[in-house]
Order: sequence, then structure tokens, then C-alpha cells
Amino acid sequence: MQISANYQALAYLVSAILFIFALKGLTHPATARRGNYYGMAGMALAIIATLVGAEVQSYGFIIAGVAAGAVIGAALAAKVKMTAMPQLVAALHSFVGMAAVLVAIGTYVNRAAAGTLNPVLMTELAVGIVIGAITFSGSVIAFGKLQGIISGKPVVFKGQHLLNAAMGLAIVAFGAHFGMTESVVSLTLMTLFSFVLGFTLIIPIGGADMPVIISMLNSYSGWAAAATGFTLQNNLLIIVGALVGFSGAILSYIMCRAMNRSIINVVFGGFGSDSSGGTSSAAALAVEKGVRSASVEDAIYWMEDAGKVIIIPGYGMAVAQAQHALKEFMDLLIERGVEVKFAIHPVAGRMPGHMNVLLAEADIPYDHVLEMDEINPEFPTADVALVVGANDVTNPAAKTDPTSPIHGMPILDVSKAKQIYVIKRSMNPGYAGVDNLLYYQDNCALIFGDAKAVCEGLASALKGGGH
Amino acid sequence: MPDTLVALYVFVLACFIGYYVIWGVTPSLHTPLVSLTNAISGIIIVGALLVTGLEEASTAAEIMGFFAVLLASINVFGGFLVTNRMLAMFKKKK
Repeated sequence: MQISANYQALAYLVSAILFIFALKGLTHPATARRGNYYGMAGMALAIIATLVGAEVQSYGFIIAGVAAGAVIGAALAAKVKMTAMPQLVAALHSFVGMAAVLVAIGTYVNRAAAGTLNPVLMTELAVGIVIGAITFSGSVIAFGKLQGIISGKPVVFKGQHLLNAAMGLAIVAFGAHFGMTESVVSLTLMTLFSFVLGFTLIIPIGGADMPVIISMLNSYSGWAAAATGFTLQNNLLIIVGALVGFSGAILSYIMCRAMNRSIINVVFGGFGSDSSGGTSSAAALAVEKGVRSASVEDAIYWMEDAGKVIIIPGYGMAVAQAQHALKEFMDLLIERGVEVKFAIHPVAGRMPGHMNVLLAEADIPYDHVLEMDEINPEFPTADVALVVGANDVTNPAAKTDPTSPIHGMPILDVSKAKQIYVIKRSMNPGYAGVDNLLYYQDNCALIFGDAKAVCEGLASALKGGGH
Repeated sequence: MPDTLVALYVFVLACFIGYYVIWGVTPSLHTPLVSLTNAISGIIIVGALLVTGLEEASTAAEIMGFFAVLLASINVFGGFLVTNRMLAMFKKKK
């Protein structure tokens, strides 16, 4: 069977509409799964329409590639731990980038053999290769940092920005030369420099900025697909590329806003490197006042008959795998008539929305989990706020201390709760290297220990009950 | 209107659709959003199929095409399946 180019174009249009509905489905958890099915249908339709079109004539390599990809993809999706989602996503971004590079070079080889190259096409090819290569190597670095293969610390050296700028200029120059002369040498150099630039752009960015980096590379992978669409004159690729590109761009913006930093500031990196940090006057004063430490029993005393408890999970909760113990504790509190809510800061975790997935995995219903803007007005009416593995996002210094490095960052108003308990391993400061003024408030006490052990302790103390 | 200009029209209008649709996504589903966009950016498989399946494609182009098909299919299958796995976890209060 073979369909005409017009029918193929119509099938692509339907496929594009299905993808838009897929993204639209994510407006609410109740419609999200249906949305994902729309996406699958759109993809199946696009692939079938391409295979039965006039251009595709040999199938051997295609069948082998799809079959191997399906097995690997399905295995990755089934096995990945939810805490490792950022790594999986980074790996998948790198694949899109590399695929874009391969498709662009393959197109060049095919078109050169057919003698149908032209300057516009070659410019589009060059753009596709550059974006694809930067996406690939940048994502490889992001993967390495997330997986702990390379240090999550920002790698900063003198002349870094100058080096990147010089490489950027070289890439543009080689690309232009390639467009004008079809020089394979220029094409090769442009491609190599683009791969190197991807490494050097991402290496200075610290682990705490991962939510932004993931979003940014998500955006790049979209633009890479769009650029491929331009070279192949394929509107479906252009539409999907634009959708994905914008998705990543908007997420990057949301993440930056949640840290009160500009995208420029994140990209030029080096944040979180100054761990010694200058302690500001207010912080110094608070340190002198000391912190209170509390036992599990103290905390239970306050929580067992409370009206409302708000739990603030951070990445520390995920590292300790404390979410299941927290869920048990939540159920016990609810049984006693306590209202329990979870407060999520936009940059909690290692990627956008990471904490929501981890809580969902522990069977915590999503209507108990609230975003920063929804939950902040509720803190003054909370009897207890329980902070589990979160730090900077609860620091009132962001509001009260103009000299603090995190001043101006939107925070969860944990400090307004009547009583605050913080589960913490040690007194080490958070990623921003800033002392948390919350710990020195009169109504705040720290429970030292592993988050999972403490949460299990809370649950069993409540079960043993009988206070 | 030349083809490239038509493509530019499509691109710019799609950017507007992207802008409005993505702002509507609830923040609690931002991780599934990233993995779903991962899956649908696997649409690059269409480009990979066109390169690989061309009758006159040289062996070099076929090999590059094969790897592009492979990588893109990992995205498609991995992306959709992991999104489905995650979304199945989001439950309302019983």
C-alpha cells in the first residue's frame, strides 16, 4: 500500500492535532492519561503515514532500529526509579539531539548524492546540526551530574565565557562557510565545535540548578526537531518542535522565577560554589541564639491532636526514600481527624514537578498536595509545619534579609505556622550555602536524624499512641 | 510563497499554540510534561525514516539513519511508557 503526498500531509495534520490534545490533557491529573493516549495515537499515525509514503522504499534498517528502540525504551520506562526520572529525561534529551544530528548529516549525504543541495537547505542543515549537537553533549553532562558520574559542583575557570563566545563565533563562521561552499571540512569542524560547546555550556552549572537545565535542554531538543522539520520541509516536525521548544522554555522561565534568578544568571553558572558564604548580620545574631532540638515524642505531642499539619517535603525526603513512611504517618494523622496537606515549592527536587511524582508514587492523593501559591495563605492557620529534607525554600531570610544571597526568592511561608519541626541530618546549610533563619525561631525545633527513620518513628509513636 | 516561508508561518503559529497550551498545564504534572514532550520530540523519527528508507540512500546514510531511528524510537517508547507509568500513580482521595 502507498499513499499520496497529500494524504500523508493530512495524516500529519491529524497527528499534530493529537499532540496538541495530548499536552492539553496535562491541564488536570484526571485527563492526563487520556492525553498521553492521544499522544501515542498521534505518534503511531505519523510513523505509519511516513512508512506508507512514496519516499520510504527500504525497510530493513528501519524495522531493526524500531524493534531495538522499542525494547530498550520499554525496559528503561519500566525499570527507572522515580527518583532517577531526571537522569532518564536527560538521557532521552541527548538521544533527540543525536538523532537530529544524524538525520541532518544523513540528509546532507543523500541530497549531495542526488545533487539537490542549495544554500537555504544547507543553512537549515547547519542550524539543525548545531542545535542537535549542543543538546546532545549538554544532556550527556547533565546526565553525568545527576547520576553522580561527574561532580555536581559548578566547574568554573577563568576565561570560560570568552572561550564559549569564541567557539560560538567559530561555529557561525564554519556554518556560513559550509552554506556558501559545501565544504565538508567546515561542516565537520562546525559539528565538532558544537559538541564541545554543549559540554562547556553545561559544565559550569551547579547541581541545584538542575531543574532549569533539564527544562532548558528539553527546550533545545524541541528546537532541534523544529530545525530538522525545516530541512525536510516537514510541517509536522516543525509544529511538534515548536510545541516542545516552548514547553521547555516556559518551564525554564517558571523555574528561574521560583529561584528569583534570571536565565542569564543560571546559564553563566557558578551558583552554589561559594559554600563558605559571608554570614549576614541577622544570621550571625540568630546563630548566637542557638537552635532547639526535639525528639520524635515532642513532635507527636504537638501533632496528634492538631487541627492542621502541613508537611514540606524537599529533595532530602527523596534521597532518604522517606515518602512511604510519610504516607503512613499521614494516614494515621487523618484517622485521628487531623487535616494534612503537603506544600510543594516549584524547585523542590531535581526537575520540575519531581516532588509531586514522588508523593504520587507513595500513594499520597494529589488533592492533598498543594503548590506554593495555594498553600502559602494556609500557613498561619497550621498548628504544625513539618519540614522533611527541604531547606532554602523555607528560609525567611529570603523575605527579611536584603543582604542574603537568596533575598527575593519566593518561599513557602513555613515560618508563619504556630509550631515548626524540621527533620534534618546535620546543621549543614542548603545548596545556596545560606544559613536558614527559620531554625532560630522560638517556635521551631529540629529533629536530627535520617528522614526515613524519623518518619517511621513518628508513625510508630502515633500507632503505639496512648498519650 | 516559497516553501521555506510557508514553513516559517507554520512554525510561528505553532509557537503561539505551544505558549498557550503549556501555560495551562498544572504544575503538579510538570514532570510528566517533560517526559511527554520527550516522547513527542521522538517525532524526529519521521526524519530518520525518510533518511533511512530512501531507495537511493548510500550505506553511510543508511547506517546513520539506522542509529537515528534507534535513538528516536527509544524516546518514543520510553517517553510514552514512562509517562503512562507516572500518570497511573496520580490518584484522587478514595
